[in-house]
Amino acid sequence: MRLLLFILCAIITGGLIYALNNSWGTIPPLGKFLSPQSGFWQNAESVEAGYSEKLQFPGLKGQAEVYFDEHLVPHVFADNDADAYFVQGYLHAKFRLFQMDLQVRAAAGRASEIAGPVAINFDKAKRRLGMVYAAENALKEIEANPDVKNVCDAYTNGVNAYINSITESSLPLEYKLLNFKPEQWSNFHTALLLRMMAEMLASGTESDLTATAAKSIFSREQLQLLYPQVQDSLIPIIPKGTAFATPAVKPVAPALADSLYFNNSVAVVTPTVPLPDADNGSNNWVVSGSKTRNGAPILCNDPHLELSLPAIWYQMQISVPGSNCYGVSIPGAPTIVIGYNDSIAWGVTNSQRDVKDYYEVKFKDKSKKEYWMDSSWKTTQIRVENIKVKNAPTVYDTVAYTHWGPVMYDESFAAEGVSSGKNLAVTWIAHQPSNEPLALFKLNRARNYNEFVNAIAHFDCPGQNFVFTSKTGDIALWQQGKFPARWQGQGLYTMPGWDSSFRWQGYIPQAENPHSYNPVQGYLISANQRAVDSTYPYFIPGSYITERGITLNNKLNDMDSITIQDMMQLQSDYYNISARYVRPALLKYIDESKLDNTAKEYLGYIKNWDLYADPESKAQTIFQHWIDSLMVTVFNDEIKRSTPRAPYPDKETLVELMLKDSNCVFADNIETNEVEGWKEAVSGSFEKILPVIKLLDSKNELTWAKFKDVSIFHLLKEPLKAFAVTGLKVGGWGNIINAMKKSHGPSWRMIVQMGNEIEAYGIYPAGQNGNPGSRFYDNFIQLWAKGEYLPLWMMKKEQSTDARVKWTMEFNKG
Amino acid sequence: MKFVIALVLTAALALIAPVYLPWYSIAFAAFLVALLIPQKPMKAFLTAFLAVFLLWGIYAFIKDSQNESLLSAKIARLMKLGDNSFALVAITGFVGGLVAGFAGLTGSLLRSIFRKK
Repeated sequence: MRLLLFILCAIITGGLIYALNNSWGTIPPLGKFLSPQSGFWQNAESVEAGYSEKLQFPGLKGQAEVYFDEHLVPHVFADNDADAYFVQGYLHAKFRLFQMDLQVRAAAGRASEIAGPVAINFDKAKRRLGMVYAAENALKEIEANPDVKNVCDAYTNGVNAYINSITESSLPLEYKLLNFKPEQWSNFHTALLLRMMAEMLASGTESDLTATAAKSIFSREQLQLLYPQVQDSLIPIIPKGTAFATPAVKPVAPALADSLYFNNSVAVVTPTVPLPDADNGSNNWVVSGSKTRNGAPILCNDPHLELSLPAIWYQMQISVPGSNCYGVSIPGAPTIVIGYNDSIAWGVTNSQRDVKDYYEVKFKDKSKKEYWMDSSWKTTQIRVENIKVKNAPTVYDTVAYTHWGPVMYDESFAAEGVSSGKNLAVTWIAHQPSNEPLALFKLNRARNYNEFVNAIAHFDCPGQNFVFTSKTGDIALWQQGKFPARWQGQGLYTMPGWDSSFRWQGYIPQAENPHSYNPVQGYLISANQRAVDSTYPYFIPGSYITERGITLNNKLNDMDSITIQDMMQLQSDYYNISARYVRPALLKYIDESKLDNTAKEYLGYIKNWDLYADPESKAQTIFQHWIDSLMVTVFNDEIKRSTPRAPYPDKETLVELMLKDSNCVFADNIETNEVEGWKEAVSGSFEKILPVIKLLDSKNELTWAKFKDVSIFHLLKEPLKAFAVTGLKVGGWGNIINAMKKSHGPSWRMIVQMGNEIEAYGIYPAGQNGNPGSRFYDNFIQLWAKGEYLPLWMMKKEQSTDARVKWTMEFNKG
Repeated sequence: MKFVIALVLTAALALIAPVYLPWYSIAFAAFLVALLIPQKPMKAFLTAFLAVFLLWGIYAFIKDSQNESLLSAKIARLMKLGDNSFALVAITGFVGGLVAGFAGLTGSLLRSIFRKK
């Protein structure tokens, strides 16, 4: 009897331990997780915790000191480059390891290892886009340059030095929650991370597949009307009137362009893959000393990205003999990405240029080993992808590589239930070798305009608008990247992959990239608008955003005697330029006689609106609903005729159509017998939103901030909503300078005045420490939400006893 | 007296063992103490349970106070406990106590088998 009891209890104990030592679905291994000695309680950092340490690593060449200020921003002083980047790698890993690890795994199509079967299609899409192939090609180029290899090797060693010091209890919280372990870092991971940036910023800038669908339902004239290359209201980055050089490359349209391309209208249905946010944009601008109160130029930058906890940025200073640089870095990559040094300041926005095209490939048979090109069968290279899946068997996927690039879509990666029988290969600039770390390394060390241009020339992808100023008072802006030289219309739609004459015939020479240096107007702006007007000699499609550039131009043109304070206000500006243009048309066409009193009251908000989308604005909420509803009313009946659905035109295009064409054919609802015009569309779309507006009003959620519910999520999104910061009182929208949407917006605000003494301010909505148990996890958010800044301190080594220095980390060879 | 000695010894061993071994070494601690110090099975369960309940609970409570509940509030929300950090401390103690309790019970039963022989 006792023996039986003993055996039973032994089994219960063993079973309990087993159950509590393993994860069940999304539940972490509870025993391990709750154990105060090794579980999550160990990540509950004391609020008094210090960060001072003395560390020894055999890999160091000399010594380095890190001084942390009160915001946990490290100021790194090292004897040489290698040690500085070793320390940067160490710090990135110490404060952001999970983020780095997650991002590179996701970039390589390995999310299923962590997330399980839900991520299989996500992973397939990454692998079929050739992310690993792209990173391999980048890595070869990176490691071919001894200086950059030195930097990347040191960085990698620093990351691994930290990883190797991790114990069960010091493992970052997310690993404990998800029950997995970090893997060793390598230069390949750094290359992958940079390609992830390329994918985020230069992969969703085309709409070839949906545009091909649009081509199947619209005439050429209609396409030009709905999807214009240059909008009337455009104020380009490069001031109008700037003369462009005669193009060195003159691409010629293939003889069969009309029959095989423009007039060939077969849409291809593909599986839904996650696309980057179309508003991955940014603002940057620079004003010359002639427009500032104290005569020194001011540079501003605020990149708009998906906001997350931890943030994409990690703020730091890196000081080595010959270079002293401050700004934000990206955990996973060495150097400072946006910032300033003792001589120059720079910032970036996305170029929005289309650098990715699709080619239809004809395979000989299902083995995908050969495909037709011009007049013969060519061989593909086959890559078999092994996708490891958490709690499920490995998934195998075969990807054929043609000379166009990998075949992204074919019958084994097709939309559910629909196989169009078409194979689409993808050609993408990011597949080509490039050395962005070299560009950043040189940029961190550039002392003047020429060195700046020389540095960024190495930056191929993602194409960026680099804004520049220097202590000597120069201002400049370059749209930099490697861009294909296309013939008119090339790459808007899928192209015939069996005809080599449809290839990219060359690249725009770097010197011909749009740029402006010390223009007469005294300021330069980029806000994701088209860089140039129609006089630029190359065809440059992209997904441009016009509105913010107009507001900024209007404001900066009128401003004089500018101060840093003015620039802070401008970065938080809520003026809705689209509303200014479209309100008169809305009010002209709306039929008020049919509105009841409540509806008239809501319309009154629009009539009396000061056009600012501030957090308290009710008019902005009504306006945004109305314009969205109008877009659907006007275009949905037309675009839904194709499969997949053709893309919506830009809102800016709708506005322009309303203003210039009172009998626009698109205003008519083609599904009714009557002929509708703007009057019916505007009135009808307003009536459609009334129930929603009334509901919001009754719940007290009609103010813009309440409606938007601005939230910053942990990287793992909805499942970790408990780690998010929600309900922030922030106005703005994608078309507004303060481009805050729901959880997408200004990810880093920086203002630098390059006077004799550099004065700089910055803030990002998160914190320096990625640990959700740290008081530095989200401590910047409330300041950021209020539009406030922290001074950026370019520390001098002699200031190590300054009151701002809170902790010191020493790195020694040992 | 035996109860107090067993309690303190279990807690001490359950504190030291996980420094070198996985978290579930708390079970070895409870098992060992119950094997060495004769107590009735139910009492052995209670001793071991209470020892580790208190150890884990107090340890977690100290960590939580130093952290001003920054993390426990998040974890509590994640586990659908509202913002209740104290509930999380209690659950922590309970989970540790449960494992130790059953291990103690097992040890005590084993001891009683040997004694019979």
